[in-house]
Amino acid sequence: MPVDPWINWDWLSTHVHLFLAALQEHVTLTLIAVGVALAISLPLGVIAHRWHALRNPVLTVFGIFYTIPSIALFSLLVPYTGLGTLTAEIGLVGYAVLILVRNVVVGLEAVPADILDAANGMGYRPMVRLLRVELPLALPSIFAGIRIATVTTIGLVTITAVIGMGGLGELILEGLVNNFHTPLVVATVLSVVLALVADLTLAATQRLSLPWARTA
Amino acid sequence: MSTLANVLRWFLDPVHWSGSDGIPTRLVQHIQLSAECVLIGALIALPIGILLGHYGRFGNLAINVSNVGRAVPSFGILVIAFQIFGLGDLPIIISLTALAIPPMVTNSYVALREVDADIKEAARGMGYREFAQVLRVELPLAVPLIMAGVRTSAVQVVATATLAALIAGGGLGRYVIDGLDQQDYTKLFAGAILVALLALATELALAALERVLVPRGIRLLRAPKAQRATTFKVA
Repeated sequence: MPVDPWINWDWLSTHVHLFLAALQEHVTLTLIAVGVALAISLPLGVIAHRWHALRNPVLTVFGIFYTIPSIALFSLLVPYTGLGTLTAEIGLVGYAVLILVRNVVVGLEAVPADILDAANGMGYRPMVRLLRVELPLALPSIFAGIRIATVTTIGLVTITAVIGMGGLGELILEGLVNNFHTPLVVATVLSVVLALVADLTLAATQRLSLPWARTA
Repeated sequence: MSTLANVLRWFLDPVHWSGSDGIPTRLVQHIQLSAECVLIGALIALPIGILLGHYGRFGNLAINVSNVGRAVPSFGILVIAFQIFGLGDLPIIISLTALAIPPMVTNSYVALREVDADIKEAARGMGYREFAQVLRVELPLAVPLIMAGVRTSAVQVVATATLAALIAGGGLGRYVIDGLDQQDYTKLFAGAILVALLALATELALAALERVLVPRGIRLLRAPKAQRATTFKVA
């Protein structure tokens, strides 16, 4: 049997569509997870910040949830939600929510009291103050959370391969099962590249959209 | 509800509590492997992070190692290591150790960096030599954050060790992976519960260790517990 090279370029050139499809699934799973998580975390973070008694319980509960290994969580869901997208997304959304809620809360807490006083003095009502003063100032922290959540989710998506999803993880699993290096190596590299590109894109977006926070 | 009843029956069955595929054996395998990797990882990562933090050099490197580590899919690394090193514990130990290093480097760097400059100057004024200053002044102050890094790493290693069953590793992951392969959802669910409990137990045990390691005076000083540890989840 000939030695299997780490990347078989001939095979790769005729199977590009496999990688594009996996990449697309990977990006879709990630976008849904981070999007849904953001929609949950913003209100939840604001509530946990506003009603102070909720802050520590909310962060503790999510902290415990976050400790659960993703493969264990997916497996606990399988008997109820089956193998597939729903099971994968419940886990991915859950982990992203923890990262985001924490950053929303920390960002809101970091708004200086002077600024809140000034906003009150200018006659802002609580809701308007939240939307026009507090959230814009918390955005750098929220953005940092989105970046971490996105990169983390891209990594975790590969693990959903064991429950039949996986995007690029599916190709890693295929490489393992068939003892074939090319899909394994290329998919792992693509996953890292995807995470780094997503991180840089978000960093650039943050710079462009938050001109008031450019010093950091 | 039938799943839960079956799982309960699975746990009560004495067959699952003995032999080479019994819970005690699998648990010991899992803990032993994870502990080895965290220990090797700590021996590599902590000196690097502590040195960089003490001298305040290569801060970008120390911070970015976690950013890059977060981007690396643990599953892919595990399988690639398996293809390089073949069957056995070696590929598992190498990839788990590699995953354990980034959060410990970043957190110990930040921990040493955050030691108050005034305190360091006071230590100098009291005649501490550099080594003694690191050992007796800076490290005790840095313990909470360093231990947060160790905790993060340990939980991630326990989680990734579960995936090691995919490359013929032992440990509790066997129940999960075999359960999936055999479509035996009872075994899958039971294995997942054991893995989740072990991860939580790891977190709690290391939190307890942290409480022992932090000197009393500093504990009082740092009453409001800051959550500044690196967020790191790869498995």
